[in-house]
Amino acid sequence: MKPPAFDYVAATSVDMAVAALAAAGSEAKIIAGGQSLMPMLNFRLIRPSVLVDINGIAALAYIEEAASGICVGALTRHYQLETSAVIGRHFPVLSCAMTHVAHLAIRNRGTIGGSLSHADPAAELPMLALLLDASLHIASASGTRTIAARDFFLDALTVDLASADILTAIVLPKLPPRTGWGFEEVARRHGDFALAAVAATLTVADDAISHARIALTGVGPTPLRAAEAEALLPGHPLDASLVGRAIEAARTAIAPETDLHASSDYRRHLAGVLTGRALAAAWRRAQTSAA
Amino acid sequence: MNKAHDIAVTVNGAVHEAAVEPRLLLADFLRHTLGLTGTHVGCEHGVCGACTVLVDGDSARSCLMLAVQADGKRVETVESLGRIGQMNALQESFHKHHALQCGFCTPGMLMTATDLLKKYPLATDDDIRQGLSGNLCRCTGYEHIVRAIRAVVGK
Repeated sequence: MKPPAFDYVAATSVDMAVAALAAAGSEAKIIAGGQSLMPMLNFRLIRPSVLVDINGIAALAYIEEAASGICVGALTRHYQLETSAVIGRHFPVLSCAMTHVAHLAIRNRGTIGGSLSHADPAAELPMLALLLDASLHIASASGTRTIAARDFFLDALTVDLASADILTAIVLPKLPPRTGWGFEEVARRHGDFALAAVAATLTVADDAISHARIALTGVGPTPLRAAEAEALLPGHPLDASLVGRAIEAARTAIAPETDLHASSDYRRHLAGVLTGRALAAAWRRAQTSAA
Repeated sequence: MNKAHDIAVTVNGAVHEAAVEPRLLLADFLRHTLGLTGTHVGCEHGVCGACTVLVDGDSARSCLMLAVQADGKRVETVESLGRIGQMNALQESFHKHHALQCGFCTPGMLMTATDLLKKYPLATDDDIRQGLSGNLCRCTGYEHIVRAIRAVVGK
């Protein structure tokens, strides 16, 4: 229950962190908020030779509005995202989701880059990155690259990051006017990982849905978009029959695992119910949102 | 032993300098190096909340932080809140409302509540319960802890 021995490098710039990672090879680990890494170290599930601490890279902690969308630095803490006025104005669905992330002491330390890189299959933030079509900026010794959230999550706890890569920022494109949102989660205890959670946005034009997005987490190895359910919605107003068909499409598209916390059947049931509720909330909010 | 790092941490207002092995947890630095045993260590993997302290004013699990990461930071432990015969308002409220039995979780409850009271309006008891959801108590059933915090909201 104590970490194994390791060397420690306190990086003060991305260049310094990237160089330290490249020098250490595959034995190095980045530590940001440490809220997932430290338990793994304490349990000795991992034994890195070097920890590269990026908490001192102040330039990675920011939330900025740009023409392309809202840029969020990877070292931004969950609590900062939860309480950011800019995020609240552009992505209230994200503000809402963040209140479900663990507990205050975890949100104070945990970073968005850490959560996305760790990619727990039941975490909220990877689902929101998928829902909001985020693009992720990654730095390494050989340069920088940008990857879409939909291509980033490969498997449980597995993302498209090499051992010497650092996720530096995400960019969230702004939502169109008249977009409503819904976020629904069931967990055994507030702050626990979701048994299942669903986030949705509906954009409305001429009293019908013009664009729909539905993302789910906790129901597979990675978060996913319910593409079949999304495709049913444009061109129609949301009514009970349409919600029913969207629920059925979402349920059919997933194959949740049974584990200690919930059976596969129960998770599929939750995914359906929560999809219905999230769509209803998104439709309701779209009616009252500014044109 | 891996190379020790020199750190200077301000704990409860006093600067402490030490050379620490990188893997030393902040919780163990506080308890074993500084002898501040008010911070309790329960699960050592961030689930029970007993080891919660304030780092630069924000609540944090001291079992999920390395001592070396506290270099240059300001740490407050439960010892900073008050003294015997001179408890702060939150501690007095815990006493008055019987918000502890064995007391193991109490340091973490107090430090968590200190941060919650600063950051959230805690308008309802549900808000308080959600705020405490990361702190386990196996004695009280939480009811009296919620009452103790309720009594100091807005004061």
